[in-house]
Amino acid sequence: MSRLSRLLALLAMAVLAGCGKLAFSDAEKNTIASLALSALPPLKTDTTNRYADVPAAAALGSTLFFDTGMSGDGLVSCSTCHKIDRQFQDDLPRAVGVGRTNRRTMPLAGVAHDPWFFWDGRRDSLWAQALAPLENPLEQAGNRAAYAHYIKARFGERYERIFGPLPDLSDVPANASPLGSDVQKAAWNAMPAAQAEAVNRVFANIGKAIAAFERSIAPPRTRFDRFAAALATGIQPGDDAFSPEEILGLKLFIGKANCVTCHTGPRFTDSGFHNTGVPPVANLPPDRGRVDAVAQVEADPFNCFGAFRDGEASACGELRFMVKSGPELVRAYKTPSLRGAATRAPYMHAGQFSSLDEVVAHYSKAPASVEGTSEVHPLQLSDRERAALVAFLKTLAE
Amino acid sequence: MASLWRYVLAGLGLAALLTGVLAAVYLTAPHAPQRAGSEIVRSKKTANGLFVASFEPERGDVRQGELQSWLLTLKTDAGVPVEAAAITISGGMPQHRHGLPTSPQATDYLGDGCYRIDGVKFTMSGLWQLHFAISAAAGSDTVVFDVLL
Ligand code: HEC
Ligand code: HEC
Repeated sequence: MSRLSRLLALLAMAVLAGCGKLAFSDAEKNTIASLALSALPPLKTDTTNRYADVPAAAALGSTLFFDTGMSGDGLVSCSTCHKIDRQFQDDLPRAVGVGRTNRRTMPLAGVAHDPWFFWDGRRDSLWAQALAPLENPLEQAGNRAAYAHYIKARFGERYERIFGPLPDLSDVPANASPLGSDVQKAAWNAMPAAQAEAVNRVFANIGKAIAAFERSIAPPRTRFDRFAAALATGIQPGDDAFSPEEILGLKLFIGKANCVTCHTGPRFTDSGFHNTGVPPVANLPPDRGRVDAVAQVEADPFNCFGAFRDGEASACGELRFMVKSGPELVRAYKTPSLRGAATRAPYMHAGQFSSLDEVVAHYSKAPASVEGTSEVHPLQLSDRERAALVAFLKTLAE
Repeated sequence: MASLWRYVLAGLGLAALLTGVLAAVYLTAPHAPQRAGSEIVRSKKTANGLFVASFEPERGDVRQGELQSWLLTLKTDAGVPVEAAAITISGGMPQHRHGLPTSPQATDYLGDGCYRIDGVKFTMSGLWQLHFAISAAAGSDTVVFDVLL
């Protein structure tokens, strides 16, 4: 063999080996297809909210979502924190409403696909969730009696066209709630049961209208989805082609780095709760995640077992078969969707990390959890691999 | 000089060959388990041989991320249906060291040794295990079923 031919053979092998790294196995292709937005099933009907797909309800819900009149001080609405031009979040480590909260505002794209709401899942329906910030003293700081009066005064006709006649509110105190200040609690406890029930019904309907609106917030198609579609059909992806770095990142995400075990399916979430060893923020009250949410969702009068659910109790499977105890619930938080994450720092339930580099460094090291046991294990990723994962995550926000 | 070059080249050639072979192995190796629903054994003896148990989805197919009902059928070795059994269920993904995302329960006895197990949910693909602790007139026993998705 001449030196030249040997060199050529060497080159050929090097090229082959190099190309091999960029190709995907069939198993990888299947996983990639399962992550594409086209694999997202249509939204299931929510039988617990019979207004969920009523356009007039969604329209009223949208009005209420953006209305600062829906707050104790007249200055805060859902959209104060869930900003429409910011993926329905606020870019802050911890949300600020009437007061300062201890958790990060969650983005809302595709949220209606989930069974549990909040970082710890302490609500079991989108409509029951919406009632919590309305009365939370740190968020909208209102009370249900005041909201009922407000709806009657501002949106009475629109409300009645959807939900039927409003109750007589003439004897209902201006401010009353079982969750409010001592004065509001006393006012609530003095109300006859039927009157309290009627106010609760209006309150629940506010939640159902807002939920109907939130069902329309869908995740947009990204460069990753166009790349996945091209890969599935074998067509050249053109402008959407991935760079070698993005391909490496994708391979790590679905392979060695195990991200896809939790960030799975077309929304990149298993909708479950996991302890990933994210450290608590200094000087905040203790936050134990899912383990403390179980009793709260069970006690919520607006949960699926409660009197305000529409339809059959057979829709309450998630609540009925909820995991109620166990060490894995300690400091477990809801797996967030990773769609759009690259353009909405900071990250985690209390904004613990300010960049994707920090997030990926956390997974690479996988420190032990301050309480409970982290499910993630050290990955020892190289600088190049960490950068590749970040590069891939960016394709989910382009 | 020329012979040194030859050794260097041969060395490089071997390295490249190795890379090529490794790449080929990497590309052809199975990376993820088979797709949906190909669970392994659906009928087996319980750990101490007290019962024969079979476990299958009520509606035929296994779907990821949805609450589903499964059926656990218990017979004695002689094929007699096991009635009035108390059944508790646990499990998880052994490879990821996490438990089940729900807590399934036996909700109904359908006759002929068949119990409905409700609230079963598999949130991701991979190997899941369901452990059943069974206690009936004949005694107590356990059985583990693998579900691969
Ligand atoms: C003060 C800022 C603020 C306001 C106002 C606010 N939210 Fe939120 N939202 C948050 C924060 C923070 C979380 C996470 C809280 C937690 O986990 O404890 C959240 C969580 C949610 C979630 C759960 C998302 C998921 O994936 O589980 C939904 C849905 C939601 N908010 C909708 C609303 C609606 C509807 C309103 C108005 C009725 C509203 N929010 C008002 C800050 C706010
Ligand atoms: C064991 C399940 C699990 C695995 C594995 C996992 N994640 Fe996560 N991920 C979570 C959970 C749960 C959170 C939220 C944790 C919190 O707020 O405390 C999260 C949060 C994130 C966030 C922040 C998103 C946001 O909106 O705050 C990013 C980015 C992320 N993960 C990327 C990854 C990458 C990349 C990998 C692989 C290296 C990975 N995850 C592996 C469960 C997991």
